[in-house]
Amino acid sequence: MRYHTPSSFEEASEIAAAAPGITRILAGGTDVLVQLRADIVEPDDLIDIKRISGTGDITRSDDGGWVIGAAVPGVSLSEHAALCADWPGVVEGMALVGSTQVQGRATLTGNLCNGSPAADSVPGMIAAGAEVSVVGPQGPRRIAIESVPVGPGKISLAKGEIVTAIHLPSRGAQGGDAYERFIPRTEMDIAVVGVAVNLRRDGATITEARVAIGAVAPTPLLVPEAGAALVGSTLDDASLAALSEAVSAACNPIDDKRGTIEFRTHVAGVLAKRVARTAYDRAGDAK
Amino acid sequence: MMALDDRKTNFKYIGTRPDRPDGLDKVTGRARYGADIQAPGMLHGAIVRSPHAHARILKIDASKALALKGVKAVVTRADFPTGLTGEDWNLQENVMAGEKALYDGHAVAAVAASSALIARDAAKLVEVEYEPLPHVTDVDAAMRPDAPVIREGAADYSVPEGMHPNVVRRIEFGRGDMDAAFAEADEVLEATYRTEATHQGYIEPHACLAQLGADGKGELWCCTQGHWFVRRMCASVLGLDASQLRVTPSEIGGGFGGKTTIFIDPVALALSRKAGRPVKIVMSRSEVLRATGPTASASMDIKLGMKRDGTITAAQGTFRLQGGAFPGAPTAETMQCAFACYEIPAILEIGYDVITNRPKQAAYRAPGAPMGAFAAESAIDELCRRMGLDPLEVRLKNAVKEGSKSSYGPTYPRIGLVETLEAAKAHPHYSAPLGPNQGRGVASGYWFNWGGETSVSMAVSEDGTVQVSVGTPDIGGSRASMSLMAAEALGIPYENVRCNVVDTGALGVNEPTHGSRATYASGLATIEAAREIAGKLCQRAADKWGIDAEAVIWEDGCAKPSGPNAGDFPPMPIAEIAAEMGQTGGPISGHFEATPNGHGGSFGTHIVDIEVDPETGRTTVVRYTVVQDAGKAIHPAYVEGQFQGGAAQGIGWALNEEYIYGTDGRLQNPVFLDYRVPVASDLPMIDTVIVEVPNPGHPYGVRGVGETGITPPLPAIANAVAGATGVRLRQLPMTPPRILAAIQANG
Amino acid sequence: MSMMHVNTTVNGDEVEFLCDSRETLLDALRDRLGQMGAKEGCGTGDCGACSVTLDGRLVCSCLVLAAEAEGRQVGTVEGMAEDGGTLHPLQRKFIEHAALQCGICTPGILVAAKALLEQNPDPSETEIRYWLAGNLCRCTGYDKIVRAVLDAAAEMREDA
Repeated sequence: MRYHTPSSFEEASEIAAAAPGITRILAGGTDVLVQLRADIVEPDDLIDIKRISGTGDITRSDDGGWVIGAAVPGVSLSEHAALCADWPGVVEGMALVGSTQVQGRATLTGNLCNGSPAADSVPGMIAAGAEVSVVGPQGPRRIAIESVPVGPGKISLAKGEIVTAIHLPSRGAQGGDAYERFIPRTEMDIAVVGVAVNLRRDGATITEARVAIGAVAPTPLLVPEAGAALVGSTLDDASLAALSEAVSAACNPIDDKRGTIEFRTHVAGVLAKRVARTAYDRAGDAK
Repeated sequence: MMALDDRKTNFKYIGTRPDRPDGLDKVTGRARYGADIQAPGMLHGAIVRSPHAHARILKIDASKALALKGVKAVVTRADFPTGLTGEDWNLQENVMAGEKALYDGHAVAAVAASSALIARDAAKLVEVEYEPLPHVTDVDAAMRPDAPVIREGAADYSVPEGMHPNVVRRIEFGRGDMDAAFAEADEVLEATYRTEATHQGYIEPHACLAQLGADGKGELWCCTQGHWFVRRMCASVLGLDASQLRVTPSEIGGGFGGKTTIFIDPVALALSRKAGRPVKIVMSRSEVLRATGPTASASMDIKLGMKRDGTITAAQGTFRLQGGAFPGAPTAETMQCAFACYEIPAILEIGYDVITNRPKQAAYRAPGAPMGAFAAESAIDELCRRMGLDPLEVRLKNAVKEGSKSSYGPTYPRIGLVETLEAAKAHPHYSAPLGPNQGRGVASGYWFNWGGETSVSMAVSEDGTVQVSVGTPDIGGSRASMSLMAAEALGIPYENVRCNVVDTGALGVNEPTHGSRATYASGLATIEAAREIAGKLCQRAADKWGIDAEAVIWEDGCAKPSGPNAGDFPPMPIAEIAAEMGQTGGPISGHFEATPNGHGGSFGTHIVDIEVDPETGRTTVVRYTVVQDAGKAIHPAYVEGQFQGGAAQGIGWALNEEYIYGTDGRLQNPVFLDYRVPVASDLPMIDTVIVEVPNPGHPYGVRGVGETGITPPLPAIANAVAGATGVRLRQLPMTPPRILAAIQANG
Repeated sequence: MSMMHVNTTVNGDEVEFLCDSRETLLDALRDRLGQMGAKEGCGTGDCGACSVTLDGRLVCSCLVLAAEAEGRQVGTVEGMAEDGGTLHPLQRKFIEHAALQCGICTPGILVAAKALLEQNPDPSETEIRYWLAGNLCRCTGYDKIVRAVLDAAAEMREDA
């Protein structure tokens, strides 16, 4: 295994584009190293992007949104008060990834690019309308989060393409987001179901809503019907029931060691209601 | 062994809580565990394991592995002697497959190389040609007529004609007129209960460093609960003379029964013999879960009769356990412990030991008992709830006591079940109010405990301090306990005693630290060795004073005249005698060896409150109390630690831990991510009540305390879930999907 | 394969070693530098027995490549006691409260608990339990561990 420490994304991209065998990007390493240890994937080339300037930074963008470098560990998000105030749902999704130790290393970008259907941070980013910027042989581009994962362990990036940062939009007025997952223990599990809700209120009425789900389909999904069920409502019982139904209907899970189809489908609907209440309350508390 | 009158009751050191002697090394990272041992010129070993649940091994080609730079040796079954029989053959077949791979993870070859990475690379280059065979991993499926046969001829004489060859043993016992006894009952419950296999889950993977010469002399350093067992087993598997193999135990990073047997040790020895250099093997976590011994899984039919006043009239059970690809499931222990807490006039139990394509089961904390308790104590609770009876009152009404004939035959000596039930009833936990969606469960449990072969040496040093050499690895604080008992027996400060766990070359045979025996048996031997030393110290003083040894007593660390008639001499402290011992007769040591059998059984009763999320089936352990009889708590903090640790493991078994096999017969969850042991945030504080009903078979009244604590949690939690939800879970683990499905089915 | 040369700092001491690119920081600490305090319980970041700090952040050393330690500060259990052997309050309290049995998880838990108290001198029981959720202990049921951390925190607050 060749270990590279490029000093720019252009250099990293060139190495990745030219690499003949299996290539992996190393940010936090909490998936890459597990796969290496478990003999699942042994890369021929491993490209550590942490020595690239700015990859560890969280910065406010000109439009009032946020740019989160590709190597920012989860703990840095949780410690960033202004980011937590704007996007508590995104931050809490990331904070649920692994242990305190894993939080010291794992990144939003890595959680996304690992391609797991159960990635805890991804539904929150989808619900937030986040984007990623990518560099590659064809030049830079910026794409929606939900277009990155395409199947279990698979992402849409081309050979030589590398995510450089996550972009969160400006929070704006009266917005709130939240994420919850179901696991059998209190910590350390992979999500059996995950639900994120991001909404905006005008007084008591919901004016915009995006709902995303995880661990219940081959990729995390945006569920427009679920968002639509909330818009125009005051989160009354009828809209919550419609939300729950839309979320359960969007589920296309598998039976596996972590949960059954019936369980996942049912619990997705249950969680959706709980998460929507949290997001709604947060939007009400926001200025 | 020890008469009751010999028992001491006024203690100076016993019952105090001094710092453990191994504490400093353990908090500074200096303690040396299995993987921390190194030797000059050492190679690293790696094991090639079967990816198939059941397959014929057609060919093993190691040429590519041997061609890799740094690879020094490859061994297969061909490097082990032939002609073994019985359990020796089972052990050999398990550590290295012969004609067939019998489970996912079964070792088929091993490699030694100059680094751990090269060894792992080389293991991947060993080409094994398999012919996959049909497999079975479930106990009930393995007994069906159409089940694949794992091995013809594995059954013993007890199995009747016509049963599937996978059934390797049948056990039956009972007494009384079953029909009449069930007819007396006001309610009869019939139900089937199932438990899944769980792993001991010690955090330290198996590790060893082996050196074996062509002369048949060997050295082995390993993490084990019992190095004489390791010596005997390795000698059998490799055809060595036991005395030529010296085994030294490292500090042990948890065992819970799982480190009482061998896996990698003989393989490392075989590699060392072939390579001519020391070989170290350290298992990965997935190897531990796939290929070391988990528990048996069980499927159990219970029929229980109870009168309206709570009297149990009859109990009947059929217990089917699978213990992997070899005979040895703890079926007898499951049966014996199931109803051990109660006086039942009519009882009939039938059990089966069944083989499947799973790893060879190993002991796990009270092996077999938790399964039986889950079935029996759940069934009792079901009848209590049906008839509106208090579960502690019903248990008290039927509880065994001194003189009771146990469900499995023997008559109990002095035991403490009633005392634990009374203490549980009086505990504020039992009468505390419950919140919404919460339920309370209680259950009792039993473990026999064990004595076993024991040998201890003790010697006085020149300064009057004392060293104790024991052969039972310290897995729960036993060096502190031995030191306390030695201090008590000699009347010297705890700090003046050093207890060492010594190698097989230093003592006679010792059974492992298993069966909750270390504090009982090594403790008893320590006290006896100390008494021998005290006698010798008295003799030296008597010689100096010119009086008879019978006129000298040992008290508070000093020789003293026994009374005014013996003479007027100032007390002679141990340090004074020790300083001169070279001139007064030579070194002073004490020794004791025996197979003590006065181990008293330990009973426990647990109370647990569980909250269930009715929308998701998620459980939270809200409150937990352990009440258990310790006989006499030598070091109460470590007794509490055993209670708490046992409860935590039982909670894991009840709620989330399980072996999950796919349809391909491969283990689906060989990592801690998916083999879900309780984490810190899953548990509340675990309250403990130490009941002390002295064991007449130990000079200080000790009962083993290590194992009983894992037995009550399984049923206690099921009983609490029933209280919280109104639904009865008869299958473990009680995962959220299972609980939710039961709630939904209940409407 | 040629070895990589790594310069790093462990418990304040500058050290260097050669390693394979696939070796983890845990491998290097144990096999290259003789620092055996960090343990491998799983190799996949699930048990926390290998916990160390990297530039002050709590991490699993099994999930860090040895090569990544280049130019960084590594802290292990061996660095917890003061020079001269005076134990850290957590180390003392773990012995005093019988918060360890077999002790294999203890180095990782001590390193993790120290990192907690450095950022939160007065954690609640729940905060301690969640912070330590990635440190498996199979012996104690966690009760005495949590009590030891609470007590050490209280003592450190008094002395502060």
